Amino acid sequence: MLDDFMVRAILAGLGVVLAAAPLGCFVVWRRMAFFGHATAHAAVLGVALSLALSVSIFAGVLVISLMMAVLVTVLTGRGYAMDTMLGVLAHAALAFGLVAVSFLTDIRLDLMAYLFGDILAVRRGDLAIIWGGSALVIGLMAWRWQQLLTATVSADLAYAEGYDPQREELILTIALAIVVAVAIKVVGILLITALLIIPAAAARPFCSTPERMAAGAAVVGAASIAGGFWGSWHLDTPAGATIVSVSAILFAALNILGRLRPGAS
Amino acid sequence: MEHQKGLQIGYVPQRLHIDPTLPLTVDRFLNLPRRHAREDIAKALGRAGLPEYGNASMASLSGGQFQRVLMARAILDQPQLLMLDEASQGLDQTGTADFYRQVEEIRDTLGCGIIMVSHDLHVVMRAADRVVCLNQTICCQGHPEAVSADPEYHALFGAGGDEALALFRHDPHQHPHDPPLESGNAGDSETKKASSDAG
Repeated sequence: MLDDFMVRAILAGLGVVLAAAPLGCFVVWRRMAFFGHATAHAAVLGVALSLALSVSIFAGVLVISLMMAVLVTVLTGRGYAMDTMLGVLAHAALAFGLVAVSFLTDIRLDLMAYLFGDILAVRRGDLAIIWGGSALVIGLMAWRWQQLLTATVSADLAYAEGYDPQREELILTIALAIVVAVAIKVVGILLITALLIIPAAAARPFCSTPERMAAGAAVVGAASIAGGFWGSWHLDTPAGATIVSVSAILFAALNILGRLRPGAS
Repeated sequence: MEHQKGLQIGYVPQRLHIDPTLPLTVDRFLNLPRRHAREDIAKALGRAGLPEYGNASMASLSGGQFQRVLMARAILDQPQLLMLDEASQGLDQTGTADFYRQVEEIRDTLGCGIIMVSHDLHVVMRAADRVVCLNQTICCQGHPEAVSADPEYHALFGAGGDEALALFRHDPHQHPHDPPLESGNAGDSETKKASSDAG
């Protein structure tokens, strides 16, 4: 079954959206969208360095994305607003990454495959990495779910209960770096944040608890993968971009339905 | 400061802001970070003056209702000590009075001690057994009557302090425009006497 490239592609897509669903909810609740963006942009530098050093792309991207996330956390609140700091670091990482890639003259590098993803080229090894990383993220989220939620509702409440909200934030940061590293093949660096935010935001109007919103985000994400493949097959369009387009259409449709629903506020 | 072993403390924070993108019912909020039995939650909500609100969304609550949910959360584990950190901030005058009346009821039901941080001088001076006046350091402390007579206290609050003090004593000849507040709470016989003088 895994011999069919379509089956591998769909499994890869499902692996990413299942991990992105709970994490994406936190990205939405904590307004970390730009933070996710910066982490994803750093991945270009990670790709360039892993190719230069001949190490696995997954490992290189993971390390650079983590360093980026930690750097942002450390530098925030030191003279510049969070979004300014993120803007500087995100674009600096992207620019340095592109410059670094241009030095790699002896390696034929299809940068497009990393920027926009190449889900139809997923191999068995990639599949193992994607599902491994995805399981790790889901495990982290499940393990710390209650504490993460408490810290998201209020840092003060978390302190009062004896938890360190910064530690919980670090867990989210690590999970974010893992998702970025595994999602590159599926949707590419430029669209990773979309896969985190859009399904979660699409699920919001129909969910009354955090758990339902995470489950709803997984359903919307899976539907986007299925619809995206179908569309990309019939319209001959790039798979990653089609997946994100389908999720955006679902977002619009669910939000309009949510408003029309009787008793909607 | 000495800390009794196994002391159960309930904490009511200042107003929280919960992002509207986070869907949260009152029940779900009260289950953070530790889960509680359904009937314990219903009981705490009832004591805080919000029965039947378990399924309401946190985003739909008014300021006063929101503070009561925070109060319910603090008393879930039957605390021996309840800490209120400017818990009535942002409530209007009636809301504040209602809130402190609820605090009084809770104190009577649970029999817990209450530590309250507040800028509401009239509530503090009228309801507390012991007042500690902080301005970077402890500037004076003791029974409300003693504190209000303290020169340090006058130096700190000036005319404003006198105003609050007058309300506390409620001299109708000087302040006919200020109706007495019926918000007595955590009081011993002494402060209760003060409020009956007022009435």
